[in-house]
Amino acid sequence: MEKVSSTAIKNKLTALYIQYASNIAYRMPAAMNRVREESIRKVAQKGLPQKGCERYRFTDIMGAFGHTYAYMIERPTISVDSKKAFHCAVPGLDTYTITIANGWIDAANSTVPDGVVATGLAEGAQRCPDLFAQHYNRLAAAKDDTTISLNTAFARSGIFLYIPDNVTIDKPIQVVNILSGDNPLMVNQRNLIVAGCGSQAKIVFCDHTLSERQFLLNNVTEIVMLDGSQLDCYSIQNLNDHSSQISSVMIEQNTDSQLLANTLTLHGGFVRNNLEVLMNGSHAEANIYGLSLPNGHQHVDNFTYIDHAVPECTSYELYKNVLNGHAVGAFGGYVLVRPNAQKTNAMQSNKNICVSSDSRMYTKPQLEIYADDVKCSHGATIGQLDENALFYMRQRGIGEEEAKMMLMSAFAHEVVRTIRIPILADRYAEMIENRLRGKQAACGECFMKCDKR
Amino acid sequence: MLTIKDLRASIDGKPILKGINLHINAGEIHAIMGPNGSGKSTLSSVLTGNSRFTVDGGEVTFLGKNLLELPPEDRARMGLFMSFQYPVEIPGVSMVNFMRAAVNEKRKFNGLPALSAAEYLKMMREKSQLVEIDSRLTSRFVNEGFSGGEKKRNEIFQMAMLEPRLSILDETDSGLDIDALRIVASGVNKLKTPETSAIVITHYQRLLDYIVPDVVHVLYNGQIVKTGSKELALELEEKGYDWIKSEFDNK
Repeated sequence: MEKVSSTAIKNKLTALYIQYASNIAYRMPAAMNRVREESIRKVAQKGLPQKGCERYRFTDIMGAFGHTYAYMIERPTISVDSKKAFHCAVPGLDTYTITIANGWIDAANSTVPDGVVATGLAEGAQRCPDLFAQHYNRLAAAKDDTTISLNTAFARSGIFLYIPDNVTIDKPIQVVNILSGDNPLMVNQRNLIVAGCGSQAKIVFCDHTLSERQFLLNNVTEIVMLDGSQLDCYSIQNLNDHSSQISSVMIEQNTDSQLLANTLTLHGGFVRNNLEVLMNGSHAEANIYGLSLPNGHQHVDNFTYIDHAVPECTSYELYKNVLNGHAVGAFGGYVLVRPNAQKTNAMQSNKNICVSSDSRMYTKPQLEIYADDVKCSHGATIGQLDENALFYMRQRGIGEEEAKMMLMSAFAHEVVRTIRIPILADRYAEMIENRLRGKQAACGECFMKCDKR
Repeated sequence: MLTIKDLRASIDGKPILKGINLHINAGEIHAIMGPNGSGKSTLSSVLTGNSRFTVDGGEVTFLGKNLLELPPEDRARMGLFMSFQYPVEIPGVSMVNFMRAAVNEKRKFNGLPALSAAEYLKMMREKSQLVEIDSRLTSRFVNEGFSGGEKKRNEIFQMAMLEPRLSILDETDSGLDIDALRIVASGVNKLKTPETSAIVITHYQRLLDYIVPDVVHVLYNGQIVKTGSKELALELEEKGYDWIKSEFDNK
């Protein structure tokens, strides 16, 4: 990617904001509009994060911002048949579907479970004014990352999802996030999800590009899990390889809440995932998994930040990478155990295979523990495919390529088996195999034709 | 079946095999014995195509083909099987998928259609009964968490599934108690036909009580220094290898 100066990008983005400030704020909730100015000021003062800083040690986001993108103030006119989109992603899986096109919810192509609020931001703020005002930008404002501030300044599109207390959603909700168009486009999608006390839901986010343009997706999602809620968040990232994706997800877990997060990165030229979990109520449990299969010149960086702020919570993290071609992978795993967070259980593991000799992997576990009665562990490995296993398989008549495939799939299996929607797990295994075989990752029978990576 | 002529091989520039000559006919069982470091396991590695070893010269003909120019998988598909001294654990790869891939690759190589799921499962069931392997083992990941005896039994199970023409049993007896040894040996004997041959590599005569060889070779310092009938194994058991070493070293 081309080299660009961070000052030039910063100036361009601030100028863009100033020029369109009134359009950006037009008909948006006060809770959103009142934090825009301070957010863009933060961007103007600090610039975007530069490679080498604490959070972005191995990753240069300037390449992602260094193109000329259009920015969409109004809802686009493209429309997607959600039945087909859904069918494409997970055949046989019965879900509620929320379709998002270039960041904007497409209500006509969305089905919402009874009793649940799933809508655009402006409408969400109208229907649940207190919840919206209470939680919007609460977790995000606390973060020292100006990609998040940039989103807060520009955000107009995205979803508000509220699952009321003690509601169990019978089917998974699939959020089909589609990028399309004939011009390069920057999208600052903003999502707010509130899981009420004792509620249960499974959400599958699918990020797709429908055209071969350059997209920059700078998404921010805040998730508040109230007492006793259970949430499974699956994310399948599959943008074209010209596009960039910065996905910042911030989750607050209150007492007895249970989180399962699973991020699968298939395609996308540049991918940076920030996953930040605040353990804010005792006996909360977070299980966080990630699998990336970068190839070619892809760059994939997973950064996680687990903040054990209260006692007796459990976090378990497993991230895996299988790197081919000239791909670069990075993992940063920060775990903070605050002084009063006694009886914390925190486990972290990062395992990586560099299949090709030109691929590179950087890993940085980072634990800061200020409580003394805790169980914490971390481990990181980077290696090649097991030569002894390869020879063993070939001695049984399995060809070298097939043997490698089987070993890579087996490596990925540890992440796939954590998925609690059986049909989705099967589909994952299939997508992973296709990806590793160099075929288009998703959508065998898909009308979208988002192949030709 | 197999003809080895003046086979020489090395690892990291160090010569290990220094001119091996061996001829095995269909239906024969040959035992290869010898002290530690004599080159027994190197021979099996070179025959199966392990790239850690460099072939420095010689010829190997297997079923009329030049074995040394084939990749390991083609050697296996032609019917060459090795029971590993240290079977490899492959977490995440189930025995069922592993063996199905192996069986069907071999069938494809021989111009046969892949087995249907039902045919394949029937075959699994029959073969696991034949070699007395617990079906719980075949439903797990390849060798993962298996005991030493279970791993060796699993090797013989794979041998039964793949129906090789020539099997190399590389120290299959190491780490086995007497009951496990008997089960493994009985599996090998059940699989024996007039068309199949075996090379049994072992330190001890013990295994040869159960798998009776037609010919016994002694490998020492990278060469076959003595060949005889099964009585040679008994003589070695009684006298050890020192008399062979001194006989050879004094030459």
